[in-house]
Amino acid sequence: MGVERSPRGEPGNDVAVALSGVTKRFPGVVANDGISLTFRRGEVHALLGENGAGKSTLISILSGMQQPDEGEIRIAGRAVRIASPRAALKLGIGTVYQHVLLIPSLTVLENLMLGGPWWRPLDRAATLKRFEELSGLLSARLDPDAPVGRLSLGQQQQLEIMRALWHGELVLILDEPTSMLTPQGVRELGVVIRRLRDHGVAVVFITHKLGEAYELADRITVLRLGKVVGELAPGQLRELDERQVVDAVIGFMFGRREAGEALEETLTGEAEALPRHAVDRSGAPALALQGAATRGERGECPLQEAELEVWPGEILGIAGIDGNGQKHLAEALAGQRPLSAGRMVLNGRDVTGMEVVQRRSVGVRYITDERLGEGTAAAHSVATNLVLKQIGRPPFWAGGLTRWPAIHRHAREQIQVHDVRTPSEQTPIAKLSGGNIQKVLLARELDPEARLVIFNKPTYGLDLQNTKLARDRIRAGAGTRGAALVVISNELDELLETCDRIAVMDGGTIVGVVENAPGAEAAIGRLMIGADAA
Amino acid sequence: MEHLLTAAFLGSLLLGAVTAGVPLLLAGLGEQISEKAGVLNIGLEGMMLFGAYFGFAVAYQSGSFALGFLAGGAAGAVAALVMVLLCVRLGMNQIVVGIAITLAGEGLTALLHYFTFARSYPRLDKIGTLAVPGLSGLPVVGDALFNRSLLVYLAVLLPFALIWVFRRTQFGLNLQAAGDKPAALDAAGVSVMGTRAAAVLLTGFLGGLGGAYLSTVGGGLFLPFMTGGAGFISIVLAMLARGKPLWVLFGAFLFGASLSLTTAMQVAGIDVPTDVIQMLPFAMVILVLVVFGRHSYLPPALGLPYHRGER
Amino acid sequence: MAGLQEKGRGAEAAFTLLRVLLPVLLALVVGGLILVALGKDPLAYYRFVVERGLLSPIGLQASITRMAPLLLIAAGLIVAFRAGLWNLGVDGQFLLAAVFVAALAPSLVAGGLPHILVILVCFAVAAAIGAAWSVIPAYLKAEHGINEIISTLMMSFLGVSLANVLIKLPFNDPSTTVPQTATLAVEDRLARLGGTTIHWGVLLGLAAVIGVHYLMSRTSLGLKLQIVGSNPRTAIHAGIDVRRLTFLAFAISAAFAGLGGAVDVMGVQGTIRADWNPAYGILVIPLIFLARFNGWAVIGFVFFFAVLMIGGESAARRMGVPTFYVLVQVALLLVFFAVVEMLDHARQKRRGA
Repeated sequence: MGVERSPRGEPGNDVAVALSGVTKRFPGVVANDGISLTFRRGEVHALLGENGAGKSTLISILSGMQQPDEGEIRIAGRAVRIASPRAALKLGIGTVYQHVLLIPSLTVLENLMLGGPWWRPLDRAATLKRFEELSGLLSARLDPDAPVGRLSLGQQQQLEIMRALWHGELVLILDEPTSMLTPQGVRELGVVIRRLRDHGVAVVFITHKLGEAYELADRITVLRLGKVVGELAPGQLRELDERQVVDAVIGFMFGRREAGEALEETLTGEAEALPRHAVDRSGAPALALQGAATRGERGECPLQEAELEVWPGEILGIAGIDGNGQKHLAEALAGQRPLSAGRMVLNGRDVTGMEVVQRRSVGVRYITDERLGEGTAAAHSVATNLVLKQIGRPPFWAGGLTRWPAIHRHAREQIQVHDVRTPSEQTPIAKLSGGNIQKVLLARELDPEARLVIFNKPTYGLDLQNTKLARDRIRAGAGTRGAALVVISNELDELLETCDRIAVMDGGTIVGVVENAPGAEAAIGRLMIGADAA
Repeated sequence: MEHLLTAAFLGSLLLGAVTAGVPLLLAGLGEQISEKAGVLNIGLEGMMLFGAYFGFAVAYQSGSFALGFLAGGAAGAVAALVMVLLCVRLGMNQIVVGIAITLAGEGLTALLHYFTFARSYPRLDKIGTLAVPGLSGLPVVGDALFNRSLLVYLAVLLPFALIWVFRRTQFGLNLQAAGDKPAALDAAGVSVMGTRAAAVLLTGFLGGLGGAYLSTVGGGLFLPFMTGGAGFISIVLAMLARGKPLWVLFGAFLFGASLSLTTAMQVAGIDVPTDVIQMLPFAMVILVLVVFGRHSYLPPALGLPYHRGER
Repeated sequence: MAGLQEKGRGAEAAFTLLRVLLPVLLALVVGGLILVALGKDPLAYYRFVVERGLLSPIGLQASITRMAPLLLIAAGLIVAFRAGLWNLGVDGQFLLAAVFVAALAPSLVAGGLPHILVILVCFAVAAAIGAAWSVIPAYLKAEHGINEIISTLMMSFLGVSLANVLIKLPFNDPSTTVPQTATLAVEDRLARLGGTTIHWGVLLGLAAVIGVHYLMSRTSLGLKLQIVGSNPRTAIHAGIDVRRLTFLAFAISAAFAGLGGAVDVMGVQGTIRADWNPAYGILVIPLIFLARFNGWAVIGFVFFFAVLMIGGESAARRMGVPTFYVLVQVALLLVFFAVVEMLDHARQKRRGA
């Protein structure tokens, strides 16, 4: 992480928002259980916790999306009810969500004007004035009349921050703000956050990356199962070094006893790179992609002259900023998207003309990043989803007829082997948690016949335990079976932890490949921002 | 061929295009508002029928066209209210509810007609016209285009008003956002449901108004199923117009012209079976879809109910 | 424990029954109120409908006979809807096929073709005509992603008009004054079952619905169609040829609608007059939802609905309530079905807690 360690000044004791005893129940779950917290002006306050710890619910309550069942929220000493997102904005509480919440077809100014009284004509002059003001504060340079769909993710995030601060600069909530950014973008965000803090904004920063929290936060609060389980005040943070902070936080997050060493490494992104099992690159590569190009729809980045080679037993990482052709690369490799130019050779065989089913029969497997949107049929059972790519083929189909007993038996076995937590094999897959859906996908795609496996953001949205599990499966997949693996991820830590070599994508092509050795991170960073012509 | 270009033929074609085009224009602009906000309103045909019946009934009873138009618009809006409650509020399938509204519109208005006007088939007088000074005296086009009722002029101005609403008002931005990315609108503190509800009600009102024009001005009487697919054609117009009101204006009069071709040809003394002419607008829609189909645009969130927290 | 579970299952079954019966009941009640508003006695109307559509032997036979085209249309719609395709154009597909068969069958008979061959040729032609009328919407959907609701409706209007043109011009029987096709002699129509007035097309309809039910639940093609219907992107991911299946599902669906037209002409009508359009399709569509795509439930609903239609047609003559009332009834049924569905969903959500 390239963020400078922030000097921890004396934070102001100016309370912006105080929560006391906030409780929110959902059917079967207490999402927030008597949470008492204080957010102060001029302080960066990091909230940490596993999936399901209650962070999202807490943000929803603060931003007016949901109402607490019990408890009180005070602003400037006065109890308030944040009845709607509009009420939150009016109170000066702005939220930047993990997923971009801008209207791509509207311009920058139009997006900022959104939310006024509906009958009113648009007041461009007033909006422009406030826009200039906030541009100054954030030192942002955006074209006010550019359609938002054309902005980079970093610029979109700046715009979102502007909008969050539009009605007042009391509290800024940032939900996982770095997950879509380049290392450079993360650095810039750090600068903005510190500027805002010094301007007197209470910045609430939700993250699952401990390193980021340590570098940016003045105060860290850890949530677990809906409760506040620990807090590190500015004084403590000043005295502890990074290692100690991480130990303390992990202790809070999992209870001291459970904090296994390996898990901790995954958490901090400091896991040792895998022991090099010396990939033999003397022979022919298992996969060769040559001069590959695809055609893209509006807003997509197609492949152009993409070249790749992966040897048997090798794990090749694909780094790059989201939207630089990664999706097309994965789909082209899997056979879902035809190549408009170039060719693909797998184990000496030209597979360019093969579609999904044929590629699968020669050992191509693809674990998509959109588990519910693409990887599974949401309303269908776990059992059906486990055989989704074998429909019509033996042993589960004979003469076109479905052998449901065999499919269900197969599903029960897989559920047991892969420890999928599901009420039964006939449960609709959409009812499972993200981690369990990923286990189903891994079970479906990682079989002994796999020769080439493409993982697209294999741990996206997973909690830490499932992240570790998925990464272990990736490593096991290469080492023991000699398959060629391609791991696409925008989390550099993940690639550094799992891969043998890392290729960088930019503008639909591979701009360079780096051995995963000391110094790789810097080289990749330079390639990503185009500083090195590889 | 030369008698095709006589003044009488062109005049009656233009007049027919206006008369048949105005309902399509009103309903098409209405549908455009809904579609912009992310609601596919398949019930438009039913809403037009409600407007046609109640518009006619009120105009007939009161003797006032203005009251008739108002009643027609209101009837369409009431039908739209059902859609608001079931689709926008409760998140039910928009297609199922749309079909139900169309069936109800067909059945109820035919039933009401049977019990009220089916024996006497009363007709309304011709609506009063407003001649535009100077222009109404032009040959061929004068009478057809510049000696029409007030509603026609208002309907033609409506696309321009909508352009202003879409581009220059908060409501316009809200509509666009509700169809493009409802979650973002919600996060901006604007009620997605409220925006969509307003859009659907407006659609109902404009559809009903179009229906009322069809019965009171177009025919001077109400007939069961008299819209004959005009609602669905309007939906296509809205789809192909890609959010641009002027395209609806253009398309509505093009379709209006093809709908009115029969009468115009009869005026010109050419005998073509009406069924062949009736096929024309639908064949044209299909042709347009096949040729320009890939350019039709619908907002990403069209047809999807919005639930907070599912994005 | 077992007792408790039994009880739970019993309650669940009761709820399932309620989910079906409640909308029907509500629709009848609100429909009755509309009748009251129009000055008719709803109880007398309903009693008359039940008597004429269900209880009298002639009425019951007519109701069962009416099921034949409805079942065939339903079979097609099950396939299309399960594949996520809103084929709302069945009326055009039905009528065009019916008109072609009405013109073809008498001329085949006149040409001396054996009865069985006449039937086979007519069925094949009907299925082909229906399927052909779905090609453009299928193409627009598969190639350009154009909403099939609109394109099928347009094709349907076009088909209905075209059918009228055909009846009035090339297929017109010159020996009649009203424009209509030549009449298929009664002895050349589909054979009756036993001593009833019911023709064997009903059996074909039942077989079609049951066959489609098993096609969807027990075969690879059915599962593929379902995957396409639930999420085309998932289908592409799984290597399913979405384009091919879109054409196929449309074709199957429209072919069944066409068969429905053939069966109605060859079993009951014998001839088609200009401007005849029973618009069965738009009325069957809601039933498929009410039955939640389940073939067996579809059969039940189609029967219920056929009784309503036959009884309603009698009532139109005897009680002065036009058949349009059936449209209102179906609309109400749909709305209340949707409402009950919502409530049930909310209940299950609460229970899931």
